[in-house]
Amino acid sequence: MATTSPAADAAHGAVTAPGMPQLDFTTWGNQIFWLMVTLVVIYVVLSRIALPRIGAVLEDRQNTILKDLNTADDFKQRALEAEKAYDAALAAARAEAGRIAAQTRAAIQAEVDAAIARADVEIAERTAEGEAAIAAIRRSATDSIAQVATDTTEALVAALGGKADATEIAAAVAAQMKG
Amino acid sequence: MATEAESGTGLVFHPMDQFIVKPLFGDVIHWYTPTNVTLWMGLAALCVIALMVFGTTGRATIPSRIQSVAELAYGFIYKMVEDVAGKDAVKFFPYVMTLFLFIVFSNFLGLIPMSFTTTSHFAVTIVLALLVFLTVTIVGFIKNGVHFLELFWVTSAPLALRPVLAIIELVSYFVRPVSHSIRLAGNVMAGHAVIKVFAGFAALAVVSPVSILAITAMYGIEVLVAFIQAYVFTILTCVYLKDALHPGH
Repeated sequence: MATTSPAADAAHGAVTAPGMPQLDFTTWGNQIFWLMVTLVVIYVVLSRIALPRIGAVLEDRQNTILKDLNTADDFKQRALEAEKAYDAALAAARAEAGRIAAQTRAAIQAEVDAAIARADVEIAERTAEGEAAIAAIRRSATDSIAQVATDTTEALVAALGGKADATEIAAAVAAQMKG
Repeated sequence: MATEAESGTGLVFHPMDQFIVKPLFGDVIHWYTPTNVTLWMGLAALCVIALMVFGTTGRATIPSRIQSVAELAYGFIYKMVEDVAGKDAVKFFPYVMTLFLFIVFSNFLGLIPMSFTTTSHFAVTIVLALLVFLTVTIVGFIKNGVHFLELFWVTSAPLALRPVLAIIELVSYFVRPVSHSIRLAGNVMAGHAVIKVFAGFAALAVVSPVSILAITAMYGIEVLVAFIQAYVFTILTCVYLKDALHPGH
């Protein structure tokens, strides 16, 4: 332990005391000189190039993020507006559809009513016609029956050997048919 | 250092040899001689430039990995300066950033086996601390004039106590660069020396597994210390800057 290493001896060209090389003041000037050089180099590089650049990058990023957020907000606003417009259009369309439906319903109703009225009139006409026809037929049937009765009576009277009196027979038939 | 161990007598410890300053060429150290200090400081500067300049050439909005690290370091120190020293201290940000990056890279480069740790030298840390001390004192007087002395006049204390407190405050103010520098160099040096001592024990075959385990554990702690001491140095710089910009308690 008493001697220093050969390297140390060679370094200083003299025997240094064993112990802390930190307290070997012959090297301080050298260390301080190179320290100042290093610090100045680092300071100049940082303050001239690196720090402004990184600061600008960070600011750019902040701006980009803010811009993106604003754009997103814009898009959201527009989406909300579009939704509102869509809702309004939907409501309008619904109202229009309701109106058209009501109109159509009313028109159809009117048509149906008119058709029913026409049909009623026709039915009434046909009924009247039918009744008239029935009445005519009934009348002609009564006439025919009277004719047949008269003829039958004449024939019966002739067959029984009597002399048929046309007026009497007609009156008798009329009296019978009233009954 | 390769010159350690086996000197014939068994266990030999040279835990401090790793801190010897040697010229890269020749024997004599003048103030301008390129030494291992020059080499490792240069490497630290290169690492800083690689991270902060070449890592950010893309200027990408979506950062690459290295750019993320550079931005993280930027944000970390920027926020520290802003929070601890105040908004008007932001103009000192490049200065604080320089100190932090230099110390953190020197500490981590020093953890590479066979490397030289520049921050383990008082010559280096005392200069760093004195730079901070001088900056704080000069800025304090320029910004506040005589009011800067109110830092030592504790108005919240009873009047009788104030002179006593003033002396204490004054002493503590001038002790700052000492504690500021010795804390960093001492921590770094002690850890590296302890690792060397454990490494010396590894020459004994029986103890060597324990020794290796201990070195591994110490190395883990040293990785923490490397960052924490850089952080502590930087945040104390910010605290002192706050005194310069806003004196008074």
